[in-house]
Amino acid sequence: MAKWAMVIDLDKCTGCGACMVACKSENNIAIVGPDQAQQGRAMFWMDMITTFDGEYPDVRAKRVPKLCYHCDDPPCTKVCPVGATYRNPEGLVAQIYHRCIGCRYCMAACPYTVKVFNWEKPQWLDGPQNTFNPDVSLRNVGVVEKCSFCAHRLAKVREAADHEERPIRDGEYLPACAESCPAEAISFGDIENPDSEVYELSRGYRVFRIMEELGVEPKVYYLAKRTR
Amino acid sequence: MATHTHAKPDQDEALVRPIYETGKGFYVSLALLLLVCVWALYMYVNQVRFGLGLTGMNQPVTWGFYIVNFVFFIGISHAGTLISAILRLSKAEWRRPITRMAEVITAIVLAIGGLHPILDLGRPDRMLNLLTAGRLQSPLLWDVTSITAYFTASTVYLYLPLIPDIARIRDRGGKLTWLYTFMAWGWQNTERQKRVLNRAINILMVIVIPIAVSVHTVISYIFSMTLQPGWHSTIFGPYFVAGAIFSGIAALLIVMIIFRKIYHLEAYLKKIHFQYLSTLLLIMSLIWFYFTFSEYLTGIFGAEPHEMDIIRYKFSGPFAAFFWAMVICNFLIPVLILSIRRFKTIAGILIASISVVIGMWLERLIIVVPSLANPRMELPMGIYVPTMLEWSLFAGGIAVFILGFMVFSKFFPLISVWEIEEGRNEGRKEVEERIHSYLPGEV
Repeated sequence: MAKWAMVIDLDKCTGCGACMVACKSENNIAIVGPDQAQQGRAMFWMDMITTFDGEYPDVRAKRVPKLCYHCDDPPCTKVCPVGATYRNPEGLVAQIYHRCIGCRYCMAACPYTVKVFNWEKPQWLDGPQNTFNPDVSLRNVGVVEKCSFCAHRLAKVREAADHEERPIRDGEYLPACAESCPAEAISFGDIENPDSEVYELSRGYRVFRIMEELGVEPKVYYLAKRTR
Repeated sequence: MATHTHAKPDQDEALVRPIYETGKGFYVSLALLLLVCVWALYMYVNQVRFGLGLTGMNQPVTWGFYIVNFVFFIGISHAGTLISAILRLSKAEWRRPITRMAEVITAIVLAIGGLHPILDLGRPDRMLNLLTAGRLQSPLLWDVTSITAYFTASTVYLYLPLIPDIARIRDRGGKLTWLYTFMAWGWQNTERQKRVLNRAINILMVIVIPIAVSVHTVISYIFSMTLQPGWHSTIFGPYFVAGAIFSGIAALLIVMIIFRKIYHLEAYLKKIHFQYLSTLLLIMSLIWFYFTFSEYLTGIFGAEPHEMDIIRYKFSGPFAAFFWAMVICNFLIPVLILSIRRFKTIAGILIASISVVIGMWLERLIIVVPSLANPRMELPMGIYVPTMLEWSLFAGGIAVFILGFMVFSKFFPLISVWEIEEGRNEGRKEVEERIHSYLPGEV
C-alpha cells in the first residue's frame, strides 16, 4: 500500500504563498475577518512560517511552508476521545468533521500546531467570487480541521486508476499546493515506491524533517537551502 | 462527667435549627446567587449559539478558563471525600463535625467541575459521541470514567451517613415529611441497621480513596500524556493530587469558618478542629512547595530550549506576576501564618485558606496557558485574554457552589447529628480502650 509523503525544496521555494491561496480555495476554508485573524484565529491548512535572521539593515526573512505533517505516529490521533481524527492505512491523518466534539485536545497535543478550529460560524466570500469545490465538505462551527493532503483528489485519481486497472502513476495524485507551486518546490508521491520522485528526493543530503527527534515520524520532508 | 447512654433529644438542636428557621439574609443571598447563575446561563446560551469565538481562546492557546476551572474545581472536590475517608479510616475522633461538610463540598464541586469540559466543547450537542464512538485510549475518556466513578462513589458516601439524620428529621415531622420518609429508606435505628450502615460506610471509604487519587492523577495525564514542554512530566500525577488535597483542605476550612459563624456552630467546630486541620494544610503547603521546586529545578538544570521558553515565560515573562503571586499565596502566606502560633487564630486560618485557594487557582492557570502559548514551532507567542463570557461562567460556577451548599443546609444538617451523638456515647469508651491497647502493661 502506498504511503503518501511530501518533499518541499526550500532552495526552490520563493515564499510567494501561492500554495496557501491554492489550498484555501481548493479546500473551501473559511475566511475570518481581520480582527479575528489578529486574535490568532486565521485558518490556514497550508501556512507559512516567517522568521527573520540578522539585525537591521542586514535582515533575511526565512519563509517555510507549513502544513499538517501527517505523522506516521501522530500524537493528535492518540488523544482524540471520539476517533474523529485518525491515521488511515496509507498514512494520511484524517479528520471526521461531523464526529468531532470540538474539545481541541488534538490541537493541544500537536507539537507542530497545525490544526485550526472553527471558532465562529464559518464565512466565505459573498457574491460571484464564491465558488465552492464540490469535492470537499464544508465544516461547521465548533470543529477542528486541518490539511488532508487533498484526500479528495486521491479518491478521484484512484477511481480512474482502478477503472483502467493500473496502479496510480507517480505524480498523478498531487495536492493543490504542489500543483500550484510556480517554483515546483513541492513534490508529492508514494515514498515507499523506489521509482517515485519523493523517494529519490527524500534520500538526498539536504533532507531534514522538523523536530524529527520527537519520534512522531512526520511525512513532510524539507530540502535545506543551499548556501553559497 | 458520667457517660450519657441517652442523649437528651434537644441537645443537638443547634444542628438542625437551620432547617426550620430561615432568616432574611438567606433569601437575599439566594436571590443574588440565582441572578449570577441566570446571567451565566444566558452567557452560555450565547456561546452555544455563536460558537467559542466569544471566548478569548485562539490558536495556539486552545484551552483557557474552562479547562483551568475544570482542574481547579475537581481539585477542590478532593476536600471532601478523601479527607473524610482518611479521617474516618484513621479513627480520628475529631473528624465527627467535619466529615459531612467535606462530603457535601465534594458532591457539589464535582458536579460543577465535571460540567466544565462540556462548557469547553465546540459541539456540546455531540457529547454523546463519547458513548457511541468513545476511544478508551484517550486520556479524556479516562477522565470521563474516573470522574463519573468518583461522583457516584462520593454521592453515595455522602448519602449513607445522612440516612440516620434524615430519619431523625422525618420523625420530628413538619415540612416535607414525604421526602424525608422516602429518603430515610425505612431507617428505624435498629442494631442490625446500624451494623449494616457501618459496614457499608467502611467499605465505601476504602473504595473512595483510590478513586479520588485516580481522578486527579488522570486529570494530570490529560496534560502529561502530550509531548508539550511544560506538560510532559512524570511528576504531574502526584503533583496534581497533592495540589488537589491542598486546595481541598483550604476550601473546607473556609466553608467551616463561614458556616460556623452563620449557623452559630461554635460549640461543635472548636478551635481544636481548625488547628488540627490547618496543621494538615501547613503540611500540604510544604509538600506543594517540594513538588514545585523539584519540577522547576529539573527543568532549569536540564535547560532544554523549549522547556526553558516556558519556564522563562512563567518566571520573568508575561506570566511572572501570576507565578510569583502563586508562590506567595501557596507557600509564603500559609507557612508564615500557620507556623507561628500567634497568627494561627481562626481569622489567620481563614486568610491562609483563602490565599491557598487563590494560589491553587493560579497554579492551574500557570499549568494550562503557558505551555500552549509557547508552541515548539517558531510561531509568534500566543496571547490569551479571557473575555466577559469566561469570567461570567467562572462566577456562575462559584455561585452554583455556594447556592448548592446553602440549599443543602436548609434540608439536611451540616454536621452529622448521629455521629456526634455516637461520639458522645461510644467514642469515649472506644478511645479509652484504644489507648489501653497502645500502651504496654496494665494502665
